[in-house]
Amino acid sequence: MASVFSGAPPMSGPGYSFKQTPTVASSGNREHSFYPYTDNGGSTLGISGADFTILAGDTRSTSGYNINTRYAPKLFKIGSEGPDGAGARIVLSVVGFAADGDALKERLDTIVKMYKYQHGKPMSVAACAQRLSHILYNKRFFPYYVHAILGGLDEEGRGALYSYDPVGSYEREQCRAAGAAASLIMPFLDNQVNLKNQYMPGSGVGHALEQRVPEPLPKKDVEELVRDAFTSAVERHIEVGDGLQMMIITKDGIQETFNKLKED
Amino acid sequence: MNHLPQAWGRPRDDVYGAYDSSHLQTSGPNQHTQSPVVTGTSVVAVKFKDGVVIAADNLASYGSLARFTDVKRLRRFNSQVVVGFGGDVSDMQYLDRLLNSLDIRENYSSASDSPLHAKNLHTYLSKVMYKRRSDFNPLWNHLLVAGLDGEQKPFLASADLLGTTFASSTLATGFGAHLAQPILRRTVPDEDSVQKVTKEQAVELVKECMKVLFYRDARSMDKYSIAVVTKEGVDLKEDEKLEKQSWAFAEGIRGYGTQIN
Repeated sequence: MASVFSGAPPMSGPGYSFKQTPTVASSGNREHSFYPYTDNGGSTLGISGADFTILAGDTRSTSGYNINTRYAPKLFKIGSEGPDGAGARIVLSVVGFAADGDALKERLDTIVKMYKYQHGKPMSVAACAQRLSHILYNKRFFPYYVHAILGGLDEEGRGALYSYDPVGSYEREQCRAAGAAASLIMPFLDNQVNLKNQYMPGSGVGHALEQRVPEPLPKKDVEELVRDAFTSAVERHIEVGDGLQMMIITKDGIQETFNKLKED
Repeated sequence: MNHLPQAWGRPRDDVYGAYDSSHLQTSGPNQHTQSPVVTGTSVVAVKFKDGVVIAADNLASYGSLARFTDVKRLRRFNSQVVVGFGGDVSDMQYLDRLLNSLDIRENYSSASDSPLHAKNLHTYLSKVMYKRRSDFNPLWNHLLVAGLDGEQKPFLASADLLGTTFASSTLATGFGAHLAQPILRRTVPDEDSVQKVTKEQAVELVKECMKVLFYRDARSMDKYSIAVVTKEGVDLKEDEKLEKQSWAFAEGIRGYGTQIN
């Protein structure tokens, strides 16, 4: 009797029109139906040079086919002295689940600041890179669902770029694309930055072909590559667009630029 | 009549049987919100040159049943912030209590010359939402925070059950993201165009969106709340009625209902 006239709302939520709500509880354990992640789209890209590192990301935020906003930055200055980002020497870019990205940014920023207060010197990029790996791995079984790229200048003043997977595997690289359009941008970068499938003219045929040797590109060329990569990604990926944010890290500090991308 | 106090106010055991104590969950897993039960639909908001307009209807649905028709889903926080709630109503009421205690705490502890502004409140709420999702115990809401930021400039941002946050010159939750956003963006496509929009235009725009939502969102209602936040304070009206509805288009719709041809 009691079960038939149960006044409690049905366990699976209220039913819609004409649907008979269940009168008996379903047997067995109920699984969590809450999925704590989402994909906010967008793409990021980093290239390091001889004395600079460039990080870039589009500013669109999506959920499904909807555009949440046309300006949601994915690039963050780490360890700056004030809200305007003055004094920072490291840049973090995150793409994937934006809420995790923001949480990760906040944690790394705090750690780099605390390091400076406690040791009286700024954290090196190599140390920061390893610390970021540890932060990510610490959440190995409930990961931050993001692809992070960290950029700065190493102890010798050369451009330093580190890329991560969501659980903290990391590697120093010359260039890396991440996010929704990574599969579109990365092959382009392989060819243009690491000169893959490019051979010395007239060096022969077959095994005699001589690979062109990659060397650090000048800043102007890299900026052009970044712009080309994003304008092309915007054409072919619906989650990429609206704006291109770039941060160029040199010994003089971080220069930030913003350019419009197509909003379609 | 049972004279034992523990039975007072309870269904009679001899008629309805003893209370099924398995509902009390003395052991076994904690029960978290896995899906919303009583829900509110869209919240729409738009910035204009001196503030923000935000609106939500007064309906709380139980599935497809229009269950509660006088639920206020806009909450004034102080003289410069309004929060709009979409999603689960009980979680909204929890957040309402949370904001009440925050407000009281703030008024006692800090010098009141710098009250919490919209940006502060949005940061706070988004951290609450993110913490709860990380505990696998989400607050099933999509919030819009409208008001003025620390520099007295218009501020509008959103936070949802996953802790995702974003800010824009126009925002709408739920069905409104599909139906209202395109209408809002026609007038306010970007941050620059906010300066060209007056309060009257913004209010008119939001009212138009509420009308379109009432036409097409089956979980909506023609009674709504609307708030305008400016430097002069919050002007919150909680008992508005949709005006100038035109159902003439309904005549032309064939294939549904009772007509034969």
